[in-house]
Amino acid sequence: MISKQDVDHVALLARLELTEEEKELYTQQLNKILNAAKALQEVDTDNIPPTAHVLPIQNVFREDRVGKSIDPEKALAIAPEREESFFKVPKIV
Amino acid sequence: MTQYETVIGIEVHVELKTNTKIFCNCTTEFGGEPNHHTCPVCLGLPGTLPVLNKKVVEYAVRAGLALNCQVAEFSKFDRKNYYYPDLPKNYQVSQFDLPIARQGYVEVEVEGQIKRIGIHHMHMEEDAGKLVHQGNIMTTPYSLVDYNRGGMPLIEIVSEPDMRSPEEARAYVEKLRAIIQYTGVSDCRMEEGSLRCDVNISVRPVGQQELGTKAEIKNLNSFRALQRAAAYEVERQISVLETGGRVIQETRTWDEAKGITVSMRSKEEAHDYRYFPDPDLVPVVLDNQWIEFIKDSLPELPDQRRSRYVEQYGLPEYDATILTLTKEMSDYFEEIIGHYDKPKVISNWMMGEMSRLLNVSGTDITACKIKPLQLAELVKLIDQGTISGKIAKTVFEEMFESGKDPAVIVKEKGLVQISDEGAIASVVDEMIAANPKSVEDFKAGKDKAIGFLVGQVMKATKGKANPDVVNKLLREKLQ
Ligand SMILES: [Zn+2]
Repeated sequence: MISKQDVDHVALLARLELTEEEKELYTQQLNKILNAAKALQEVDTDNIPPTAHVLPIQNVFREDRVGKSIDPEKALAIAPEREESFFKVPKIV
Repeated sequence: MTQYETVIGIEVHVELKTNTKIFCNCTTEFGGEPNHHTCPVCLGLPGTLPVLNKKVVEYAVRAGLALNCQVAEFSKFDRKNYYYPDLPKNYQVSQFDLPIARQGYVEVEVEGQIKRIGIHHMHMEEDAGKLVHQGNIMTTPYSLVDYNRGGMPLIEIVSEPDMRSPEEARAYVEKLRAIIQYTGVSDCRMEEGSLRCDVNISVRPVGQQELGTKAEIKNLNSFRALQRAAAYEVERQISVLETGGRVIQETRTWDEAKGITVSMRSKEEAHDYRYFPDPDLVPVVLDNQWIEFIKDSLPELPDQRRSRYVEQYGLPEYDATILTLTKEMSDYFEEIIGHYDKPKVISNWMMGEMSRLLNVSGTDITACKIKPLQLAELVKLIDQGTISGKIAKTVFEEMFESGKDPAVIVKEKGLVQISDEGAIASVVDEMIAANPKSVEDFKAGKDKAIGFLVGQVMKATKGKANPDVVNKLLREKLQ
């Protein structure tokens, strides 16, 4: 069971600001999702290694060759604030 | 009074010396303009796909093997989720439950005792960007972010809590650094941040099985800082316990100027990282052939090199240990030997004058103005009798200052040793005449008195007389 405190905690971790109504709603909805997932837990998974990736692909590599970086002006253009070629952010302690 | 035991475990981050970042083609070159070495991948823009740099895997495996680890045949990447502005995606790509290597060890020597320190595991991950503050983080009005470092390849090596003193902690990181440097996968420069360590420290009453509450110390950018911080923290925790207090689990930072550790006021939820497999990256599966290939390509490691110095060069264990402590020092030594094969004499110069002057000037061997060939030439000048050992020290100091060739300095300053008996004989006569008491002592059987007379002659010739010739002449004349 997910409690309202759990929703509070997860919202804080995800930096989401929720109203009381939203918290109630999400508590119910998340519990429904978890109940649905319970059906999967009926399956016997003993001796089956946890899935690391859903696709049967492995070892996709790049060679270590330098390519072009982007024009920093383009990157800085999408930032709310900048100073010279730095991104400017509120201080976080 | 209760006796306490110190328990230390260390996490070391090492930046790998690849050309490009771990998941994109951006250069890893140091010191570019802020945010000029970035791209949509390392800026975490939506819709981009990271692709693993093969060299990073190769380097990580190389380091893992050198640290006696089991290399994982199957390994994967996970997202470590937290919010901090140095992380553009709000998660760091790291490895959680299936790291690239596990269960290794290194051997360290402290006070003549060899001890094995366990390595719990080693994993690959991306570095975060760099935050720039005005003044410090508490007083700055805002922060600036440079993502050039974001996405640089790191390996993190997590030790077992096997260390029992600040000295062991230092010896462990020194050894780890040497081994990784030798493998060539990183420069391991603590001052430049290509090797960073976080030290976990706790204390417990001797005999207690359960571990005490630990504190994590950050911001250690030299071996000295590491050892001092650990020593301070042990004392602090013991005094907290002795006065009836409780050690709090927290992160502390080392204040080098004040010589103390300071609490960083950690947030409770900070450690809820909600790891999950990164769906953008596929698993890494290593076949034995590749692992064996990397194993075969491993260069000589510090312990092997130390043994070789003892066997091949006939150096004492102590010399061999000191000389192989860093790859730079050791390579420098070998280059001199290549020019002039006198290992013990050269070892003496390296461990004596060289170490002394490097210490005084606060630099290391990489910044030394004396080239290996020049030091070889200096030793040759002594062996050929051109200069005395005493004069050689003066020449060495001048070489260290100016980087000039020893022969040039000797010539410029007129320091050539006088071995001509005729030239020395007159000074010897003068000194015999001027020191009747010593002459008498010597004749009365006090052999030591001759040392004083030799000293007087050397002084009169400003150290240029060949001491062997002086000795010989004195003995002949006083017969
Ligand atoms: Zn990039």
